[in-house]
Amino acid sequence: MKKKINDQYTPLSKALSVFFAVLSVVWLIPIFEVVINSLKKNEYVNLDPFALPNEESFVGFANYVKGMTFGNYPFLQSVAYSLFITVASVALILLFCSMSAWYIARVNSTMSNIFYYLCLFSMIVPFQMVMFTLTFTADKLNLNTPYTIPIVYLGFGAGLAIFMFLGFVKGLPLEIEEAASIDGCGPVRTFFNVVLPMLKPTLISVGILELMWVWNDYLLPYLVLDRTKYMTIPIHVQYLKGSYGTVDLGATMAVIMLSIIPIIIVYMFCQKHIIKGVAAGAVKG
Amino acid sequence: MAKSKKSSSVNLVQRPIKKWAPLFILPTFAAFLIGFVWPFIQGIYLSFCNFNIPTDAKWVGLDNYAKVFKDAGFLNAFWNTAAFAVVSIILINVLAFFIAYALTQKMRGANIFRTVFFMPNLIGGVVLGYIWSMIFDGILKNYATYLTANPTYGFWGLVILVAWQQIGYMMIIYIAGLQAVPEDMLEAARIDGATGSQTLFRVIIPNVMPSITTCTFLTLTNSFKMFDQNMALTGGMPSIMENGAKINATELLALNIFSTYNISKNYHGVAQAKAVIFFILVAVLAITQQYMTRSKEVQQ
Repeated sequence: MKKKINDQYTPLSKALSVFFAVLSVVWLIPIFEVVINSLKKNEYVNLDPFALPNEESFVGFANYVKGMTFGNYPFLQSVAYSLFITVASVALILLFCSMSAWYIARVNSTMSNIFYYLCLFSMIVPFQMVMFTLTFTADKLNLNTPYTIPIVYLGFGAGLAIFMFLGFVKGLPLEIEEAASIDGCGPVRTFFNVVLPMLKPTLISVGILELMWVWNDYLLPYLVLDRTKYMTIPIHVQYLKGSYGTVDLGATMAVIMLSIIPIIIVYMFCQKHIIKGVAAGAVKG
Repeated sequence: MAKSKKSSSVNLVQRPIKKWAPLFILPTFAAFLIGFVWPFIQGIYLSFCNFNIPTDAKWVGLDNYAKVFKDAGFLNAFWNTAAFAVVSIILINVLAFFIAYALTQKMRGANIFRTVFFMPNLIGGVVLGYIWSMIFDGILKNYATYLTANPTYGFWGLVILVAWQQIGYMMIIYIAGLQAVPEDMLEAARIDGATGSQTLFRVIIPNVMPSITTCTFLTLTNSFKMFDQNMALTGGMPSIMENGAKINATELLALNIFSTYNISKNYHGVAQAKAVIFFILVAVLAITQQYMTRSKEVQQ
């Protein structure tokens, strides 16, 4: 047995390791491209995006400095709005959808059945179906600011989140909640002190899926928000690249780099949770 | 016994919760009405109207739908989307499966490779589009051309972009599926002298069928709903003339709906009608796909 463990890396597996190492490097080229071009003068980006920065083309962090205020809108403001919208939306979705899922799972009433089937239905409806009318509704209800848009996210994201929570809540033993109830816990305390802690793995996986969605979402905030006042990072990037006669690619790459760095840092620290969350979110069926 | 258990749980758990319905279910339900139910109903209604904003809507019956089916741009976008979906579903799933299969074997560095392959998923579609348009333009420059010069470049460019983005995601799902294949089944196959490909096709693939269902579902719906990447990479360009109508050659359906709406206020109703057709198409495909691959899953 012991010999087998020592021999676990066969020549084939070593060859595969080399192959995948090369493939991994190739895989990272696009990100590497952003890094090198964010350090080059604009005309050199256009000339040859694959050339490494040299003495002539290297501009240090000038593109980054320019990027902060490029397009007459402070980039940090977009970052702040993106951060707030993402955190608030994910928090709202996690809290209210887990509560609703528990209610639907435990109470067998017409209301909870209707809600359940509507959630299922909403999962196959593409955003394009509701996007124009959602914009009108959000405008009318004054939900068109970064402070209120999380409500729109809660509404449109509820279907999938409730469905995922339900899959888990249904597997929780009822006896624990009965015991809590016998010990004098009301439903509110039962939920927050007993059910919610047991939901932790699902909270993480739903949280990660929603986080990736809201942080990168372009169309919903683009349509709902008043764009003259509020931008998120994806809108900001699109604005820089899309609406300018002459695009400063160097500065655009710097802004893109600034928007990728926080994601990569979060990924480094929460990699295990993110990968687990994706795997768990997928086996919902 | 069973009966008394059920009724006690009803008394102990269900009845007290019911009183708290306003707290537990009302906030989500209210947001759900605002964010989904009402826009959906209004969307169906407005697809039969001429409108700028909902309050000035005028009923026109099936006019909008008639216009949609005569719209060369929409039909072109439909065929683009169908071709794009077929190519990307096959490419992404085959590659993701084999990468996952290789990474679940004993291999040095498997965790690092997994980390790298998954990373592109964390970057938003708009940003990805701009990164890749720079790369493709840089490559095509050597051949004295550019990405939006030819619809074929734009189509395959989008396929490459989306493969790069989504292979890692699907790989994670396949790895989870492969790790769940019962070890004793693999051992039984080994003892019975099954060859590598027999083990793969007769034991492993039937066992990872739930992952295949999920991944084909995700790649199918992702490619039909593709918007950000399409907009940022080519924006539907180049414009070409086809049967006397100007169409955006690399536009997919979602982008076509969006750009139709922005032509002028006379097109709002047409765009909404396109959106309804789009919804029906996505819903039918999603349900059919689930039904077809589900039936191939093995029950354990």
